[in-house]
Amino acid sequence: MIRPGLHALLSHWLRHPFQLVTLMLGLAAATALWSGVQAINAEARASYDAAEGTLSGNGRETLGPVEDGPLDMGLFVSLRRAGWQVSPVIEGQLDASSDALRIIGVDVFTLPPGDLPEAATERGGRSSFLEPPGELLVSPAAFEALRDAEGLPPRVAVEGIAAGVAYADLGTAQRLLDREGEIDRLIVTGPPSLTAPPLSKIAPELERRGPAGAGDIARLTDSFHLNLTAFGLLSFAVGLFIVRGAIGLAFEQRRGVFRTLRALGLDARTLLALLVGELLVLALVAGAIGVTIGYVIATLLLPDVAATLRGLYGADVEGALSLRPIWWLAGLGIAVLGTALAASGALWKIAHLPLLAPAQPRAWARASARAMRWQALAAAALLVIALLLGAFGGGLVAGFVMLGALLVGAALILPIVLDGVLSTLARFARNVLPQWFLADTRQQLPGLSLALMALLLALSANIGVGTMVNSFRATFTGWLDQRLASELYVTADTDAEARALRDWLATRTDAILPIRSVEADLAGAPGEVYGVADHPTYTENWPLIASDAGVWGRVAAGDAVLVNEQLARREDLWPGTTLNLPGWDAAPVAGVYSDYGNPLGQVLVGLDRFETLYPDAPDRQFGVRVAPERVDALRRELDEAFDLSAQAVTDQSEIKQFSLRVFERTFTVTAALNVLTLSVAALAILTSLLTLATMRQPQLAPVWALGLTRARLARFEIARAVLLAALTFAAAIPVGLVLAWVLLSVINVEAFGWKIPMQLFPRDWLWLGLLSLAAAILAALVPAIRLARMPPSDLLKVFANER
Amino acid sequence: MNASFLTRRRLLALSVASLAGPAGAQGFAGLGRQSGEFARPRPETAITFPADHAPHPAFRIEWWYVTANLTGPDGSPYGVQWTLFRSALRPEPDPAGWATSQAWMGHAALTTPERHFATERLARGGIGQAGVTLSPFSAWIDEWTLSGPDLRQVTMKAAGADFAFALELATEAPYVLQGNNGYSVKSAAGQASHYYSQPFYDVSGKITLPDGDVPVTGEAWLDREWSSQPLSGDQEGWDWFSLHLDGGDKLMGFRLRGTPDFTAATWIGADGSVTPYNDGVFSARPLERSDVAGREIPTRWQVSLPPRAIDVTVTALNEAAWMPLSFPYWEGPVIVDGSHSGRGYLEMTGYG
Repeated sequence: MIRPGLHALLSHWLRHPFQLVTLMLGLAAATALWSGVQAINAEARASYDAAEGTLSGNGRETLGPVEDGPLDMGLFVSLRRAGWQVSPVIEGQLDASSDALRIIGVDVFTLPPGDLPEAATERGGRSSFLEPPGELLVSPAAFEALRDAEGLPPRVAVEGIAAGVAYADLGTAQRLLDREGEIDRLIVTGPPSLTAPPLSKIAPELERRGPAGAGDIARLTDSFHLNLTAFGLLSFAVGLFIVRGAIGLAFEQRRGVFRTLRALGLDARTLLALLVGELLVLALVAGAIGVTIGYVIATLLLPDVAATLRGLYGADVEGALSLRPIWWLAGLGIAVLGTALAASGALWKIAHLPLLAPAQPRAWARASARAMRWQALAAAALLVIALLLGAFGGGLVAGFVMLGALLVGAALILPIVLDGVLSTLARFARNVLPQWFLADTRQQLPGLSLALMALLLALSANIGVGTMVNSFRATFTGWLDQRLASELYVTADTDAEARALRDWLATRTDAILPIRSVEADLAGAPGEVYGVADHPTYTENWPLIASDAGVWGRVAAGDAVLVNEQLARREDLWPGTTLNLPGWDAAPVAGVYSDYGNPLGQVLVGLDRFETLYPDAPDRQFGVRVAPERVDALRRELDEAFDLSAQAVTDQSEIKQFSLRVFERTFTVTAALNVLTLSVAALAILTSLLTLATMRQPQLAPVWALGLTRARLARFEIARAVLLAALTFAAAIPVGLVLAWVLLSVINVEAFGWKIPMQLFPRDWLWLGLLSLAAAILAALVPAIRLARMPPSDLLKVFANER
Repeated sequence: MNASFLTRRRLLALSVASLAGPAGAQGFAGLGRQSGEFARPRPETAITFPADHAPHPAFRIEWWYVTANLTGPDGSPYGVQWTLFRSALRPEPDPAGWATSQAWMGHAALTTPERHFATERLARGGIGQAGVTLSPFSAWIDEWTLSGPDLRQVTMKAAGADFAFALELATEAPYVLQGNNGYSVKSAAGQASHYYSQPFYDVSGKITLPDGDVPVTGEAWLDREWSSQPLSGDQEGWDWFSLHLDGGDKLMGFRLRGTPDFTAATWIGADGSVTPYNDGVFSARPLERSDVAGREIPTRWQVSLPPRAIDVTVTALNEAAWMPLSFPYWEGPVIVDGSHSGRGYLEMTGYG
């Protein structure tokens, strides 16, 4: 019984190959978007891991010069011979071809094996690595990029090395950087031996430095990944609606077959098992296709994502993608899960199908008034849940649940809203033709509702994510303008250099604003305390989001402090409250400022008070105010007068331009994902319309017989698609805006502690609206053309037999 | 690091090169691989002093290997190991300076009946961080030194983060040429090394434990060996005994584990007379194994050398004398009982 049963079930797909294609396409598209986004995320994270493992970021103490300048290599040997466990490092930029390459020269003999990627350690002990011309160990991507580079030692591709970094033997690096006999610092690889004299006795010119902070980058970039993940989930939801539609159709059309099979003795359990097996195979095949497409999408998008992350947060991501087995697993898993989700309703119906139910096929998914009511009830429940979570919920999970409830609720309620709008319109229609048109459109709503829901989700995701990215850009650049009010930022390596710089700058600039800070425990978590000068630069520009009257005067007088938004939200510190600082109990909070991208709590204290509290804080960094047209000249003079490293002087206009470029990249990514989700939605409309077209012949034939030409009927078809798309688009705007609000004000605050003020960008909506209408027209075109060309005899047949 | 690296090359790492080189079935620590253009030990090469105390860079590997059995004021036994390995990453010429092809590795250990301390150092030659000079004699890596006016009278120092020792070693006894006039065969296939010893050092000085300094006296044994391929490919490790017997006689014996095992021994009389024994005469049989660092290590042995009527048990002073270094192995002081009694050192490589 199983074989003929299976045969009967599967033959449906042979008779309706297009349905099969739709089902596969929907599932594959959903999986593709989801796995593509995941792939980008995973790749980016793998890259951070490599970057964090890069030497000097790996949590070891270092020894560096007290006074600025390179160290003599001899110091390394004398420290080793005194029993100090140190390993020398030299570092420098090398301009190879177009990209700068950071050369890190190391001594593989004294560096613990775990401090380099495994393969690098193995390679590093060979004479080819040690002897001239030496070797550069680079990431596989850099290996490709440097394939034709000239004047460099041979390259060796090693997994696990961060992008833009090349490891070489110390001697090789010294030659390449033209710094024979020099090193930059010594990594402390272990405790000194029992007999080693103290550092101050053998090398007073060195100072111990704590390990560089790690993990900041990861926390910052989480923001970006979170948004990408949200996008991926939305895309998958859109895809699921298509799958649900296709599965629902296939099951509905096979009702007769099911009934017959059951009547012939196939028990319900076997029938279900057969159907589940069929779906499983379909899901796996479509999932595999989806993962492949997702990989292609990720490959195309990754260079842009990499550029975005590099610019935004300084996190280096490889521009190349390697296919990880986990994606296959996750992709296939999500496809199966999605199919199960989409098919659960249909399978439930089959399981409860009364054996003697009438075998005649119902019109597909014709929603009865009762079903409509249930749907409205479910939608209302979901929206209430979203509302309650928004009002009382806390935590990231609640934020995401709220997002999900909101979207699904909005999608479920869409057909009801559309039905209401259409019936209202019908009341105003005076002419018989518009009346018929509107009534006919209403009649088709149930069949189209799934596709329209998908469209709604795609559009609102577009609006939501677009609004979020745009708001982020506007806020962030505006904030940069405020925060980076000084024209130049200078960082000295040593106190002596700082003094010299300050004296030199004093006569050449309008103002020098010291930037001094100490690390401090703030309300039980690590944070930082900054001294802030009493200067219009701050009072006029600093971005305060809450403040008391006379806030700057009180801060300058040392009577109150400012805290950043993260700390304020975390500890509920708003103007009027107090906070304990090291050495200053119950410091009054006078204001809160926005501080995007900073994972730490931060407190601003008036500079005078700061100096009293923390006299030992380093004083090596300052902002320089100077007329904007003098900036370039001053930089040149600075470079000539001081031997400053490239990172020591920062020009604020450079930073701003750079962040703008970054956002352009982000837009490329967002736009590409937008187009993809819209295409998926358009596909849903197309398949629904095609399905309906065959069923609607009996309804169209009488209209045709009454004198409407086929061409006019076809135009009506297109007009209907446009009307529905336009109405859906109108509904998508509020949904998208709420979505953006949730992303910006709920999820972002929960995840990162700062809120991004939402701004509206109606011009983008116009563009999106046109795009969705175009998609609808495109989708309606094929069925319309078919209708226009339908032989009249086909329409006549409607009257010849009763179908 | 791949699996074969972990399982095959476990042993005493004479070679920093093998630490980084491609893995393969080449006996432990890559010692069984083809010697290429490195110099080969030859039976007719005569060993001369003091010249041969200096490095032999034409050979791939070489070591200065000192073990000492010591006693504290309360009679507590202690053991100390000080070892310097030289390894050439490729045959001569050596480019010298930073680009040198000479790599050095030091191992130091201090063993008490209850505790065992071990640590290692790595360095490249050519920059003064490690090396050996002849006159005055000095062998060093980082702050570890074996130095004196000459090799008959040296100060031996080493330290880790939690232990240290500083010992004076002195002897007037002649050096002992192992094997055939210092040509020591290591397998039936003919693998060999140049090998001589100084087993007669008197030792005094102090060791530093976490609890403080302990003055010690005792005896020490120096092994000098250099080669380019001392093991054949199927030999996976060795068990090496250097025993100070009561009365002043010394016994060096080793078993190279392969198919079949290969053994050799040297009897050194208290008067300095030397008798080598070829494969099969000396035998060492595990009596008891202990779980050391997750491995089954023989820590009690039956050792015999019938021509000298030696039939003794050799027991580890501290079973946990494991050297958890780049190439982990077991090395520690032992107690000798049976037909003869005494003390000594045991080195076991290639286990698990």
